[in-house]
Amino acid sequence: MNLRRDVFQAIADPTRRAILLLVASQSMSAGAIASNFNTARPTVSKHLQILTECRLLEQEQNGREIYYHLNPQKFKEIAEFIEPFRQFWDDRFNKLETIMKKYPQ
Amino acid sequence: MEQKTKVNAESGKQELEITREFNLPLDLLFKAYIMPEIIEQWMGTKVLKFENKKHGSYQFETVDAKGNKVFGANGVIHEIVPNKKIIRTFEMDSTPFGVQLEIYEFEQLADNISNLKMHVIYESVEQRDQVLKLPFAQGINMAHNRLEEVANKIK
Repeated sequence: MNLRRDVFQAIADPTRRAILLLVASQSMSAGAIASNFNTARPTVSKHLQILTECRLLEQEQNGREIYYHLNPQKFKEIAEFIEPFRQFWDDRFNKLETIMKKYPQ
Repeated sequence: MEQKTKVNAESGKQELEITREFNLPLDLLFKAYIMPEIIEQWMGTKVLKFENKKHGSYQFETVDAKGNKVFGANGVIHEIVPNKKIIRTFEMDSTPFGVQLEIYEFEQLADNISNLKMHVIYESVEQRDQVLKLPFAQGINMAHNRLEEVANKIK
């Protein structure tokens, strides 16, 4: 019942987060990424597939190898998704502050 | 400018932390959390029940102009230490978000400055992320619209 790949589901996994950290500084081939983990190569491939499907990673063909790099636009979306929630609380707390400043001591 | 309200929600965790510094003395900040008539004002909901004690429970409800229930929440107070700490559960009625555990820590930073740290633990990572993705902006607009309605009636 996986209707669509969810970014938050993607970054909930510790191995996938480790992969994202690895490719943060440079683009890497699937083999080079896999060599950093003790898990089987197909498992790493599956993780790369999930990260690519939700567009956190982008692929580029380089000779016979596929290289992976981060998609900064998608990361921006993750950072911004908390903002409405933060605004909601900020609004409430501002109200609380205003009310209590007028409270007779 | 640094934000007064901060939300820390690390990915892959079933908890989050909200912190806020208030330009208020500690006891006033604490009062805003335990006095029903004040909770009603800043939370914008009716307080049907509020037992301010260990093992006490509370119930909030908001109805629209036609009397339909638009929001309901309830919970149990587990611990309450004046001007210091509240531990309680919070559950929104008729939603799939489950029961969350809330740990509030109140702290005096200076004469008229106090700090609130709200630690919220959800039943699962999925539930926390669902709550984070609620249409909050829309909710706030609804509240503003209601405020306008009230203001227009007074005029």
